[in-house]
Amino acid sequence: MNFDRIKEKLNILADAAKYDVSCSSSGSKRKNKNKGLGNSDGMGICHSYTPDGRCVSLLKILLTNHCIFDCAYCVTRKSNDIKRAAFKVQEVVDLTINFYRRNYIEGLFLSSGIFKSPDYTMERLIRVAKKLRLEENFNGYIHLKSIPGASDELMHEAGLYADRLSINIEIPTKEGLKLLAPDKERKDFLQPMKKVRNDIVKYQSEKKHFKNSPIFAPAGQSTQMIVGATKETDAEVMYTATYLYKKYNMKRVYYSGYIPISYDNRLPPIGTEVPMLRENRLYQADWLLRFYGFKVEELLHKNHPNLDSDIDPKLSWALRNLHIFPIDVNRADKQLLARVPGLGMKSVYKILHARKYRKLGWEHLEKMGMALNRAKYFMTCASRTFESKDYTPQQIKQRILSEGNSKYQTTLSNQLNLFG
Amino acid sequence: MQTVFVYDGSFIGFLSAVFEVYEYRATNAKIVAEQNYASSFFAENNEVTSNVAKAKRVWKGVLNVGESQDARLIYRGFLSELPDMEKVLLAYIRLLFDARKSIAKNFSEPEIMRLSQINKKIGREKHRMEAFVRFRKTKDQIYFSTISPDFNVLPLLEKHFTKRYADQLWCIYDVSRNYGIYYDLKKPEMVHLDLPTQILNSPESIFSEEELDYQKLWKNYFESTNIAARANRKLHEQHVPKRYWKYLSEKYLLEW
Ligand code: SF4
Repeated sequence: MNFDRIKEKLNILADAAKYDVSCSSSGSKRKNKNKGLGNSDGMGICHSYTPDGRCVSLLKILLTNHCIFDCAYCVTRKSNDIKRAAFKVQEVVDLTINFYRRNYIEGLFLSSGIFKSPDYTMERLIRVAKKLRLEENFNGYIHLKSIPGASDELMHEAGLYADRLSINIEIPTKEGLKLLAPDKERKDFLQPMKKVRNDIVKYQSEKKHFKNSPIFAPAGQSTQMIVGATKETDAEVMYTATYLYKKYNMKRVYYSGYIPISYDNRLPPIGTEVPMLRENRLYQADWLLRFYGFKVEELLHKNHPNLDSDIDPKLSWALRNLHIFPIDVNRADKQLLARVPGLGMKSVYKILHARKYRKLGWEHLEKMGMALNRAKYFMTCASRTFESKDYTPQQIKQRILSEGNSKYQTTLSNQLNLFG
Repeated sequence: MQTVFVYDGSFIGFLSAVFEVYEYRATNAKIVAEQNYASSFFAENNEVTSNVAKAKRVWKGVLNVGESQDARLIYRGFLSELPDMEKVLLAYIRLLFDARKSIAKNFSEPEIMRLSQINKKIGREKHRMEAFVRFRKTKDQIYFSTISPDFNVLPLLEKHFTKRYADQLWCIYDVSRNYGIYYDLKKPEMVHLDLPTQILNSPESIFSEEELDYQKLWKNYFESTNIAARANRKLHEQHVPKRYWKYLSEKYLLEW
């Protein structure tokens, strides 16, 4: 291996791949077959963290950053004057295997600029995955990018080797897409998504009847939306996300604050701050939809098109719905407990278990490690003292905000923990 | 008066001591490992000999009365090596035998909460080691890694690494406790090596030629994948506390 040459390619092609925020290696179950190399057991491992605090769990690179398209928001776009490079199939295989054997990574996330044609590109990506699986007996995690416009046949083949397939719709609205990615149409994203969804469903039902039927993209599909590149509202972003979750059984939708990379006047200028707080709020909302039983209409609607920036979406919802509170910690059901601001699902389960043994008061909740500074306004317990429920929403908000000065820091890190 | 049961520091030894606590019906009992024991004038001392049969009976009791979760809490708690570990474990076992059912989730009981917290720490350390172990390939084709974890988590790592790296020779060595696990393509085994001086003095003679190249490639990758516009140092150090940096060649590349 020519290490200097590889190093140069790696620099270019890792740098170009980093704007895809997904680095998840979880959700797949692939056993180590025939004493081969590697496995994925459902829990992704972060083997390192970048200085910006993101999990490093996969070797995330482009096969090449040559591209025939010119999407305005992308560093790889044709019109951008940058160094271009391309890996050979075998080089990616060797890098993956050698990094994996040293326990640097959980696997590979391979994406690519579109060279020649979507199918030509997709076929190359598949070749890497196929080689890893069949020649190297590699059972670690493989995430392949579905190339917009790739044919159904290739998408099917990709799913036979990859754990996850993703296709980034990037721009949440149709109009935005037309403006910024004139080469692409929505159907170029949606057709591969649909094919993959259908095949996943098909293989899963076969698996039920035949134990030995092959697995197909066991970690499902994901997608990413850039926020802050166009003028979209949070409601538009989250309604699109909800649609994708429902219609295409997305495992994850990622939200990536736009990082200004160009002087194109259709986009925020270079130097504009990355909307990290907004990104964080969107993840919180996403979490509430997927794990806390919230409906998107409860969080965002016509009269409330954007999430609050100063408080998290659950607190915001609770303050708009004070008539539901306070709830009784010793009696409320799981769904209701999950709606108390400041109580995470872990705390909810702890409460459900502990209250089988005794009636819970504040002191028990505190001993169980719960932070009550927010929750106390929304619940009662076996203790006599409780916060007066006569506060107005505005008063509660003021009190909570004045208590926590670095709330943003803590919520941000929670969110990143959840990335996994 | 307090009765002190001194054991040899092993898990079998500890369980044997628990057996004797029950046998003596010692209500005010304390279990101490040999290496931490300073004899006290005011206590009655009992030297406990490790006894597999006795240990097994206690362990079976735990499994019969409780659930696998209770057993796991106890074993992992033991690996913490914390100064109050024996006290917490004995209290837990007593509560378990009194309750005659699993108590693993009864978080409002302080000793149980404490053990559950200890377990969280152990779990975190295990997870960190699974993440931060960095193998370096030796000239004899062994993927070799040294660690010095805060707790004695090496026994908990065996399963993960054996499943994952089934087709390569590997060894993970705990330098602070001076033992390791070596996998010979068939099964993992505990080993003792005379290694610190060898490893530190002449690594070129130990590690394969391309080893440093791969470390450099990885460091390169790590740097390229950072997004400067999103820098968040504080969060970074929260994820990887500085004391773990020594494991990570991407942060601290050993120049041989
Ligand atoms: S097709 Fe993909 S790689 Fe090419 S410019 Fe558009 S987003 Fe970038």
